[in-house]
Amino acid sequence: MDADYTYYLIQAMNGIQYGFLLFLVASGLTLIFGIMGIVNLAHGAFYMVGAYLAFWLAGATGNFFLGVAIGVPISVLLGLLLERLGFVHLYHRDHLLQVLFTFGMILVIGELITILWGDDVHGVDVPAVLAGSIPLTDTQAYPVYRLFISAACIATALGLLALIRYTRLGMMIRASASNREMVELMGVDVNRLFMAVFGLGVGLAVFAGMIAAPVNSVYPTMGDDILIMSFVVVVVGGVGSIQGAFWGAMLIGLADTFGAVFVPEAAGVVVYALMALVLVWRPSGLFAPR
Amino acid sequence: MSGIRFTPSRRAVLGGAAAAATMAGLPRFAIGSTPRVKVGFMLPYSGTYAKLGNNITDGFMLRMAELGGTLGGAEVEFVRVDDESAPPKAVDNVTELVLKEEVDVVVGTVHSGVVQAMAPIVREEGTLTIVPNAGANRITRELCAPNIFRTSFSNWQPNYPCGDVVLKDGHRNVALITWNYAAGLEMMEAFKESFTAGGGTVAKEFLLDFPRDEFQAYLTEIAAMKPDAVFAFFSGGGALKFIKDYAAAGLHGQIPLYGPGFLTEGVLGGAGDAAEGIKTTLHYSVALDNPLNMKFREDFQANTGRESDVFAVQGYDTATLLAKGLEAVQGDISAKSDLFAAMEAAEIESPRGTFRMSKAHNPIQDIYLREVRNGQDHILGVAAEDVEDPATGCAL
Repeated sequence: MDADYTYYLIQAMNGIQYGFLLFLVASGLTLIFGIMGIVNLAHGAFYMVGAYLAFWLAGATGNFFLGVAIGVPISVLLGLLLERLGFVHLYHRDHLLQVLFTFGMILVIGELITILWGDDVHGVDVPAVLAGSIPLTDTQAYPVYRLFISAACIATALGLLALIRYTRLGMMIRASASNREMVELMGVDVNRLFMAVFGLGVGLAVFAGMIAAPVNSVYPTMGDDILIMSFVVVVVGGVGSIQGAFWGAMLIGLADTFGAVFVPEAAGVVVYALMALVLVWRPSGLFAPR
Repeated sequence: MSGIRFTPSRRAVLGGAAAAATMAGLPRFAIGSTPRVKVGFMLPYSGTYAKLGNNITDGFMLRMAELGGTLGGAEVEFVRVDDESAPPKAVDNVTELVLKEEVDVVVGTVHSGVVQAMAPIVREEGTLTIVPNAGANRITRELCAPNIFRTSFSNWQPNYPCGDVVLKDGHRNVALITWNYAAGLEMMEAFKESFTAGGGTVAKEFLLDFPRDEFQAYLTEIAAMKPDAVFAFFSGGGALKFIKDYAAAGLHGQIPLYGPGFLTEGVLGGAGDAAEGIKTTLHYSVALDNPLNMKFREDFQANTGRESDVFAVQGYDTATLLAKGLEAVQGDISAKSDLFAAMEAAEIESPRGTFRMSKAHNPIQDIYLREVRNGQDHILGVAAEDVEDPATGCAL
């Protein structure tokens, strides 16, 4: 292997790109977790629903982007329905009950997916406009679609940041993240705030699942692995902080990639060791709202 | 009868029948009611391997329907346990089947870790066990037993011939990549065994935590290393993602990709062009041009509405093997030594081609060389004929 700098540059790109993907999923998780105090184990299942919707709608409409444009609003509506029927009863309950309920959701959603689409492994084609690769070295090329994912993630991150910094909803979200009881006492309709946040969280997970589907494979239980990584990101970044989720995702993405490069025997441990270190240094994460 | 009339009691008839059967050396059920056999499926019906568990079960049922709904003349009762491919639950699940449900036959399972936890218990209890997939070498090596059979493959079998295939294609420096777990390691070792013996060198081995599927860092390293070829084992979702990422990284068409057939099983529809030209070795291919395979594929599709695959074939062959054994003892599952002897000697007419059991109870079978062309599995030829697992450490 040539130990030249382009190699490490490409690896750094890989890490950042993986970080972007993690951010998309983790941002929704951190919102629901931080603002509503719900430990939402079903977040990975929403991500999986997104991937299946991408598979289904891209096939049915023949256009991936149209699929995304249809799929995200539909799933947000379904998410809101779910919130009204189920999650609304959990807000003031024990974390254990939330874990039970959301774990149950994983099983139910998983079973529904199997009933609807079977247990096969599916793939989603990269949309033709973005199908090319940019040659970097004589053997290595960088897929355009991965650059598109990064761009979509940056746009989402900026959009979220603007939402939280400059809008009334964002103000309530920030306030709620640091002191929920006080916000309630100030007369904010927490019920509606939570609905909005939950819808946003579901939308982000589904969007991530759809956008990532062409570089992933689509299969039952695909949400489980991403869920664990997302929790790591949220904990490292600080629960409830979008900014934290972003930098946490970057850190984890890079650590994971360079872990695989430098210590391949222990690649699986690097991320968790990093999480432990961060927690020793800052027990509530890098960007804890409080 | 000698002309003397008498009215025998029911008990006397039964006793006489039993005595006659014993004297004639016939199995207990040869006279009287239809023999019954209780078969316990211990397979994954949920999780990552649910499709495999279902295809094995449906393949088995298809064969039994062809045989008129019985196996070797015995009526069959089924119990199903979802083993979730979870090794920690394996002991409980197999104990439930063997001791509580008191099944006569265990059919299981898919996951190599689960089957290794099952084996000691069924060895101890002596319950006839047929493994319809899990390839852990130990099952027909150190853990082999008179009552344990396998209708699929040992992890060594489809991979050992691949070393020579790669060398013959002129690749002498190869990078290996797989998941770091029992099946992955065994497959890799088998490939290395023939590849290094033939003069090949391993550029680097990449072992990923199961079921990690973020491959970019490794693909970048492979691109920088420029080996002659890559040998990879992944399966299911991981395999599809690996094939797509490999192509997206620009390696497809640059560095040829080889592997055991599991790499491309069930993922060709999703992979599209990215899978073109991948060469694999396996004991089966849907493209096999024999009448039984054609019929099998049609019937499986008609019965289930799904495409058949290698796992469905293994389920089908499991039923054939059991039927052949039971036929020899007129359905009497308790005649164990005759039953096992008949199963050992059986010729299994399979969609993969007719095969026999080795002394260690693993199939002796041809390994085919396959290539993906136009999104379909295509057979290039037989990579190695009558491949028999070395069965190191088996005393049978």
